[in-house]
Amino acid sequence: MKPKVYINGISSISAQTTEKEENPISYHKNIFPALSPNYKEFIKPMALRRMSKAIKMGISSSKVALNETNTEIPDAIITGTGEGCKQDTERFLENLIDQQEELLSPTSFIQSTHNTIGGQIALNLGCKNYNVTYSQNSASLESALLDAELQLLETSVKKSVLVGGVDELSENITQFRALDGQLKSVDIHNLDLWKEDSPGTITSEGAHFFILSTEKNNNSYAEFKGISIKNSIQPEKINAEVEIFLNKNNINAAAIDAVLLGSNGDNRYDHYYKNLQQSLFKDIPQLGYKHLVGDYDTVSGFALYSACKILKSGRIPSVLKLNTSTPKELKSILIYNQYLGRDHSLILLSAV
Amino acid sequence: MNKGVAITGMGIISAIGNNTETNYRSLFSSKSGISFPEFLKTTHKNLPVGEIKFSNKSLAESLNLPQDHSFTRAALLGSLAVSEALDQSKVKIDAETGFISGTSVGGIDATENYFKEFTKGKTENSRFIRAQHPGFTTEKIAEHIGISGFVSTISTACSSGANAIMMGARMIKAGKLKRVIVGGTDCLTKFTLNGFNSLMILSEKHCLSFDENRNGLNLGEGAAYLVLEADEELNGKPVLGRIMGYGNTNDAFHQTASSENGEGAFLAMQEALKIAEIGSENINYINAHGTATKNNDLSESRALQILFGDTIPDFSSTKAFTGHTLAAAGALEAVYSLISLNKQQIFPNLNFSQSMSETGLQPVTEVKEKKLDFILSNSFGFGGNCTSLIFAKDEA
Repeated sequence: MKPKVYINGISSISAQTTEKEENPISYHKNIFPALSPNYKEFIKPMALRRMSKAIKMGISSSKVALNETNTEIPDAIITGTGEGCKQDTERFLENLIDQQEELLSPTSFIQSTHNTIGGQIALNLGCKNYNVTYSQNSASLESALLDAELQLLETSVKKSVLVGGVDELSENITQFRALDGQLKSVDIHNLDLWKEDSPGTITSEGAHFFILSTEKNNNSYAEFKGISIKNSIQPEKINAEVEIFLNKNNINAAAIDAVLLGSNGDNRYDHYYKNLQQSLFKDIPQLGYKHLVGDYDTVSGFALYSACKILKSGRIPSVLKLNTSTPKELKSILIYNQYLGRDHSLILLSAV
Repeated sequence: MNKGVAITGMGIISAIGNNTETNYRSLFSSKSGISFPEFLKTTHKNLPVGEIKFSNKSLAESLNLPQDHSFTRAALLGSLAVSEALDQSKVKIDAETGFISGTSVGGIDATENYFKEFTKGKTENSRFIRAQHPGFTTEKIAEHIGISGFVSTISTACSSGANAIMMGARMIKAGKLKRVIVGGTDCLTKFTLNGFNSLMILSEKHCLSFDENRNGLNLGEGAAYLVLEADEELNGKPVLGRIMGYGNTNDAFHQTASSENGEGAFLAMQEALKIAEIGSENINYINAHGTATKNNDLSESRALQILFGDTIPDFSSTKAFTGHTLAAAGALEAVYSLISLNKQQIFPNLNFSQSMSETGLQPVTEVKEKKLDFILSNSFGFGGNCTSLIFAKDEA
């Protein structure tokens, strides 16, 4: 029999604080940064100075998740990042262009590779185990989760896998999103995102890490039931695709108690979510989160984090609610995300 | 011993040829593809590279792309290599056919070309804004071959392609996919050439893998892909070889350098043997990572010594043919390993004259005919990433 996979540790660094979830921070910019924890609690000051925000957020967030489960050395470190170490990439690229390829310092090049975050976490822990980084746009964290699930299912040995997603802002490259219609053309208030009927979205950064294990414990947040990634889905087929996924996981749509949607206020692509809201999941609580933390490639980490908290506490924060439906019980949550109509992902969780 | 995962197609483009047959002919005749940059617009024209002598324009034409396409060079190379693999395998493409590609810098060639335009707010080439992200390049290839299901990208620097092959094999074994195309692509860019140059690990001569006097690597470009299929999907289709084992570990020593004792490399090879359920004595040949940097070749040699003791199998690095093609390297060398298995030939480690004083190890330096059942292929990268793959003949 297929062993069960549990989420035993979670952590989040985002543009919102985890303490004041009913009273979210309002931003009036289409690009807003994540709130930094006190990195010194997690990283030695000497090392800290050289690190970009992605590395700092990644190491800190991974340590919170590891500490929560008292895991010293995980059996695997699997990272997702859509855009990698963008700050160092940008720095090296600018120097290269400005200095006409002469007298370049290697520091930012060394830290620019997409696997720097996963590598630095391994280095920091002294962890020689399996280590992979996925970089598939908005399915980066999901690819990492799928690999983590495989890691746990392909052996009978009890394992704990550290899996997470990180993306950072950078001064120029993030701004380029304004040029190709990824961002809204004028600054909006993030909390008004659902009122918008315009193209583009708002963006931010963050890090979310999780400990997945085949062992349930007192701290377990949720059971990780399954995940699916599909690169493209025809708009009219979204309900059918979700049903295929649910069937594979032996559950029907009526048994889903809440759906966590990646709606981002982009009126060119939010129809994927609206189709589900008006059809398959019409009568159940529909939740959104990108008005709080923006949209970026690994933002679904915030969705997974929130779903874990909802399942453990049995309570849905009102700030996430997109409709007035209340759940009879909170046993199964489905998370659905896509970006620009591509890299669709579904994650199914259930209460433990 | 397990049965492994069947490989039913392969395709490749590199500095030594734009398909499997031409790559084989170059390997067999010891013809290196190292030259000086002609298409890469760099000021470092003195640095030897493994450049593919086709412009983006002619690559796009051979793929019949429209004028306003948004394929990065890595996507162009990748699409050509994938097409060859698909032609060979005639694999069915449907919802249960996946695509996993390794790339280190993806489409940063486009980003470095248009970066200044974009910072000035010019939108003429805005279709390349997302090109910097590895997934962009992968999606272009997926679109080209009509894959809409599971598509993902691995970016673990120079072990990306090998990790993509490993992940594909695992997904087939776990029943998550019936068919999957796996491999890697990376093109020459100013970003990587200058990056490695700033680290002072590029040689101004043809690289000398495993030689006492090695002084750095030659950067290369290329793409290679394999088609993997679950056994129940084969229906008597010819099988080129099987992926028997894989191991992925982290050296956890330094962001860019390998540990002197090659612990990560040793552990990766050991794990691959364990998954393949064979002993180290079964390995007939090792396609080594062998980049020709001081650090890698010593570290890898030490790891070989620890694992194999006094009986190190025949080994060679093919980097002097192609240059170090970064994320594509593991995929290129998977194709070379499969050619070796099919031809029962080992291809030489070019330019070698003197063993390293520390190890005394001597690679194979001429084409060698030999019975080959199991081949180990190594790929190591920045971030401590180490991956080893084991390929076997189908009937082995």
